Amino acid sequence: MYEPKIVAFFCKWCTSAGADLAGTSRLTYQPNVINIRVMCSSRVDPEHVLDAFREGADGVLIGGCHPGDCHYKSGNYQTLKRMVLLKKILRDIGINERRLRLEWISAAEGKRLAQVINQFSDEIRRLGQLKAVRL
Amino acid sequence: MKKIGVFICHCGINIAGTVDVKGIAEKLKNYPGVVFIQDYKYMCSDPGQNLIREQIRELGLEAVVVAACSPTLHEATFRRAVESVGMNPYECEIANIREQCSWVHHDKTAATAKAEIIIKSVIEKARLDEDLAPVQVPITRRALVIGGGVAGMQAALNIANSGFEVLLVEKNPSIGGRMAQLSETFPTLDCSQCILTPKMVEVAQHPRIKLLTYSELTDVSGFVGNFRVTIRQKARYVDWQKCTGCGVCMEKCPVKVASEFDSQLANRRAIYTPFPQAVPNKPVLDRPHCTYFKTGKCQICKKLCPFDAIDYDQQDVVLTEEVGAIVVATGYDLYGLEHLPEYGAGNIPDVIDGLTFERILSASGPFSGEVRRPSDGKVPQEVVFIKCVGSRDPENHYPYCSKVCCMYTTKHAMLYKHRVPDGQAYVFYMDVRADGKGYEEFYQRAAEEDKVLYLRGKVAKMYRDNGKIIVCGYDTLSGENVEIGADLVVLATAIRPAQGAVELAKLLKIQVDQHGFLTEAHPKLRPVESLTAGIFLAGCAQSPRDIPDTVAQAAGAASMVTTLFARECLYHEPITTGVNEELCSGCGICVAVCPYDARQLHREKHVVEVNEVLCEGCGACAAACPSGAAQQRNFKDAQLINMIKAILT
Repeated sequence: MYEPKIVAFFCKWCTSAGADLAGTSRLTYQPNVINIRVMCSSRVDPEHVLDAFREGADGVLIGGCHPGDCHYKSGNYQTLKRMVLLKKILRDIGINERRLRLEWISAAEGKRLAQVINQFSDEIRRLGQLKAVRL
Repeated sequence: MKKIGVFICHCGINIAGTVDVKGIAEKLKNYPGVVFIQDYKYMCSDPGQNLIREQIRELGLEAVVVAACSPTLHEATFRRAVESVGMNPYECEIANIREQCSWVHHDKTAATAKAEIIIKSVIEKARLDEDLAPVQVPITRRALVIGGGVAGMQAALNIANSGFEVLLVEKNPSIGGRMAQLSETFPTLDCSQCILTPKMVEVAQHPRIKLLTYSELTDVSGFVGNFRVTIRQKARYVDWQKCTGCGVCMEKCPVKVASEFDSQLANRRAIYTPFPQAVPNKPVLDRPHCTYFKTGKCQICKKLCPFDAIDYDQQDVVLTEEVGAIVVATGYDLYGLEHLPEYGAGNIPDVIDGLTFERILSASGPFSGEVRRPSDGKVPQEVVFIKCVGSRDPENHYPYCSKVCCMYTTKHAMLYKHRVPDGQAYVFYMDVRADGKGYEEFYQRAAEEDKVLYLRGKVAKMYRDNGKIIVCGYDTLSGENVEIGADLVVLATAIRPAQGAVELAKLLKIQVDQHGFLTEAHPKLRPVESLTAGIFLAGCAQSPRDIPDTVAQAAGAASMVTTLFARECLYHEPITTGVNEELCSGCGICVAVCPYDARQLHREKHVVEVNEVLCEGCGACAAACPSGAAQQRNFKDAQLINMIKAILT
């Protein structure tokens, strides 16, 4: 049975804290997403996303603070701009843009975090394995 | 290769119940760089921490990975533990296998596999971690308070009384703010000036408060503990060194100007103090209204001044000062009547706002405390008060509650009845919010003892007819239309941030909400701090509030300032983003991305330079840098890429 591999980048202040809340609330979700905790979603370089796909990720999830709530004032806007652009590039190189997802999840949204991870895992499972592409 | 020790916590059964910790320890013991790996029941306990310390000493570990609960809980604990035996705390990393693994998965095989990947990825981060030292920053123990109303004065006095110097900047010629305009204060009916003027004098005479009136902040740079501010002191055309405040110039000046302090009900002169108890009690010359400045003739004040204090050549003075903390207490304005077409848009005489009625009621006001209406000086027999004018009206005006209107309208109606016992006071209201100490009792007294008539409903329109103002409203309790022929109408208009507050906030780089009120760092737990470290908030600049709340908040802001000043120096997280000058092409992309102005392009060297103290460590610039010259410390590209690889192999 194919199980997707998903790399996530969660910002420390909102989404990672939201993931902690999902844990303390004893919610359950699928184990396919492994996250890297960064200080801000704006630390994620589009190249990191491409690296993840190159190394065999089937999906990449980025979690940041809601617009207006960024701990670093405007970092999440940077992320948004970059990821919109990156999705266009993904399309051009033949990767379904739905394999990259950007979500705003606050420290209070443990439940939403669990939902997002489940939905995204299901979606990637439907899309199937990303055949290794050499970029 | 860097020697890494890995310590896996069972957390009782919290982790070990779903994750095979022993299996992982066995599997990763030959992982590159891992020279020691062990599981333990409670890593955060003393024996657990000692286990880490022992292995650092014995094996000379160069990095430590603790696989346990969220770093939010025990990162600090474990970093202290490694530091106690000489390891740099930034070489210790936490792999979160509890909140983000064992607690959210039931399947032991899947949870174990995921925990193993998480640990591997964190080992990869630790492998390239560098020794870091917190950035040490000195503190200038001197505060700037912006705004000389009751909030600013209270904050300044508390800081100064704690032994620190304060610079108090007020844009008007006198301190005192809005509270100085009030007649009496609810619910005790204390005379506002009687309780305020002693404070004003205390501020002026305090050896540690430097008072700069008629002055405005024009520039701010720097950061917490180290702000540099520029203040422009407007030309007063009066040499205050020579002036004694005798007042001859103000008596003899032939130019009359409607007084801002008296809500245009009375006149002041072109050379003036805003009110007789002004502090400092020395006049300023209002250049746009002065005949001499307009025509080159007059000079009466100069001729009559016994001390030769008038100086028409005086220029604005620009001062640069260093401060460590800033309190913003810029106060409020009332929503102008011109915004209210339903109430005549300011064109119906004797339809006034609450502050104007305060001046009418004030013993030092234009009518010496007798209630007279502005148009003809008649004593009004029927007075209508309308609450929530512009407030709680999201469709047309502002959605928020202005908070003080319920009580000051009660006070207005009560004071009116005390002065004109045979008159009738009507109050149109949506709700009566009397939630302070003694407030409900005060309201009950107005309604029961002073027979103020409360009508629940809004006023639809009003117009002038034969010297009366016909007020048409609807009483929602009786379900009947109400029409009152009033002699005077007092509108409790919405409180808004003071003019210029939004521009000032921009200058200070602090946030405002959609209405221009200053935003606090956290609505519950950090209500007196702005999101910018070292800048604090007090009073109505943050949101509408009454005097006791304002004074309490100002004291809170002052205590935040003194808490900051009590520290020996400031420390800053060192996970900043530096620049590799050999790789930097000087493109400046990172400069534009930085939300803190921490990065600057060096014109001659043509590389970007970083102010480590301003850098908050978000890493946005590192992601934007096209050459890889900008690398965030301990979040370097190489680390993130190795973590990605570890997750996927």
